[in-house]
Amino acid sequence: MTEKVLMKNAEAPDSHRIDTYETAGGYHALATVLRDYQPDELIKLIKDSNLRGRGGAGFATGVKWGFVPKDPALKKYLCCNADEGEPGTFKDRAIMEKDPHQMIEGMILCAYAIGAETAYIYIRGEYTLSVQRLEAALKEAYDKRYLGQRIIGSNVSLDIYVHRGAGAYICGEETALLESIEGRRGQPKLKPPFPAIEGLYASPTVINNVETLACLPHIVCRGAEWFRKIGPEKSPGPKLYCLSGHVRKPGLYELPMGIPLRELVEKHAGGARPGRKIKAVIPGGVSAPMIPESDLNVCMDFESLAAADTMLGSAGVIVIDDNDCIVRVATRIIEFFAHESCGKCTPCREGLSCAVKILRRLENGEGREGDLEQLDFLCDGIFGNSFCALGDGAAWGLRRALQIFRDEFIYHVEKRECPFH
Amino acid sequence: MTAVSATEFMTEDMRREIKEIIKRYPKRRSAIMPSLFLAQEEHGYLPDEVLLEVAGVLDVPEIWVYEIATFYTMFNTEPVGRFHIKLCTNVSCLLLEAGSLLPHLEKRLGITCGGTTDDGLFTLSIVECLGSCGTAPVMQINKTYYENLSTQRIDQILDELKAQASGAHRTIQSRDDGQEGVPA
Ligand SMILES: Cc1cc2nc3c(=O)[nH]c(=O)nc-3n(C[C@H](O)[C@H](O)[C@H](O)COP(=O)(O)O)c2cc1C
Ligand code: SF4
Ligand code: FES
Repeated sequence: MTEKVLMKNAEAPDSHRIDTYETAGGYHALATVLRDYQPDELIKLIKDSNLRGRGGAGFATGVKWGFVPKDPALKKYLCCNADEGEPGTFKDRAIMEKDPHQMIEGMILCAYAIGAETAYIYIRGEYTLSVQRLEAALKEAYDKRYLGQRIIGSNVSLDIYVHRGAGAYICGEETALLESIEGRRGQPKLKPPFPAIEGLYASPTVINNVETLACLPHIVCRGAEWFRKIGPEKSPGPKLYCLSGHVRKPGLYELPMGIPLRELVEKHAGGARPGRKIKAVIPGGVSAPMIPESDLNVCMDFESLAAADTMLGSAGVIVIDDNDCIVRVATRIIEFFAHESCGKCTPCREGLSCAVKILRRLENGEGREGDLEQLDFLCDGIFGNSFCALGDGAAWGLRRALQIFRDEFIYHVEKRECPFH
Repeated sequence: MTAVSATEFMTEDMRREIKEIIKRYPKRRSAIMPSLFLAQEEHGYLPDEVLLEVAGVLDVPEIWVYEIATFYTMFNTEPVGRFHIKLCTNVSCLLLEAGSLLPHLEKRLGITCGGTTDDGLFTLSIVECLGSCGTAPVMQINKTYYENLSTQRIDQILDELKAQASGAHRTIQSRDDGQEGVPA
């Protein structure tokens, strides 16, 4: 049994209340930092821990903070990315519903490190219970003077506001998220300038994921070395994995980074359902290409998954068994991306809707000769030519599905039917 | 700024709340989204008159408000039923046969996806992942999540809502807290 870190309070009856959090040692990290650390020293601690962002890209958190200009005259912002819209993912929701103070304390630590006095939590609009819990938790934190002016008697101040998204997946992309807070349509912006230099309201801004922020108090309390020793040295730490699809025990699992995918799926989530065999697994939300069962020995960390031509992404692990159709799954994924495409650039906007038409045709038994080549061609055209990672990710995943499960696709074209449905 | 008197579309309270929201941001434009949520909560949807009022109170160009109301799918520019059913059809739910739940809902309600029942009680939509894939299939009705769905469970939920609508005078929006079936 591995020790739980992020979910250690989750089973307590009032796990979302500040009393529970404080009793378990909560806000101790904040007091320690305000007493013993200069902002630079905190940044160094986080760099030393090798913490990497849990929002998808795995960027080194301390390094990102280090990019923010030190000029005290510049106003800076922190945005917590709680937009969690990646299909197959429900980990940030669990943190916010069960233990929101963990993330709030993390935000105060981050804001202190970068010198921000205003922070926003950009949360997806559907998460109404999370919003309620966060609002209540913020109020508790203000009452205890962990937020507001002169935090616990120091000369540090911070205000945190909740900003609800309204149903646009693309707003999880950091520049689109900032556009959305500024009251515009959520469409990605050109980088550079990077948000750390010119972000929200043209000020230096750090954007971090909920789970990334929730790791921070633990690193302060238990040290960078403790953190680095959990899982692989280059991508260490406790990790929340979301298991869904065709497994016996779907749900949220906290385990170290770098655990073998097979162990996660077979041991922890109970493996395939009775009488079925696993065919493919999507390891990191639908933006991450699927891998075949034969690759399940891969480890769940950034490097290992990249070597397997996929990614850790949001750690949304979706299991597909031998009773379902890869063409159907691929169709649904591309429909999702086509629907959520913000429309800014042509390869993504036009290419994906074109791919959807072909895929639907295949699944409906109306495939034509040349359809698969047409899909290959579209993937090549979209990948590398999209303005943001939405288009690229969609094309990457489709291309891998076409490569790995070519036979299934060919069957749909040649037999003009779906063998499963 | 426009006069402070209340109108059919904007109560005094809402005006006050919007003025509070403005203070959270250095720019008024940022207050558009939260203000529209507030207005939608009040009216159920966002008719043009409301959009104009919001623009007025915020003192921003109307086009900015229209832009937000039409880009983001959670803002309804058309009326919706008292219970807005949003069925997830994304991959994790699809794998657990959410596909068969849609025709079932359509049949039970006598409407097609996107439609509203004649009595104005139910609107049926399909949505992308609701972030509850571990307890798929899932739907959200107003603010509440309903998880591990089956056709029988859906029938039961619809019956409960109908009973609630005929008996109680308050809407579910003002009572529920999104708590049904928080995932373990
Ligand atoms: C299309 C798209 C959607 C994204 N959605 C999310 C999201 O829902 N939550 C999140 O934390 N990051 C999301 N990201 C990644 C963010 O852009 C950003 O890298 C991340 O929030 C940084 O935080 P981290 O360094 O703590 O991971 C998304 C990226 C893309 C391209
Ligand atoms: S790749 Fe898609 S989502 Fe990203 S900017 Fe282009 S159109 Fe928008
Ligand atoms: S796929 Fe349905 S809730 Fe995530």
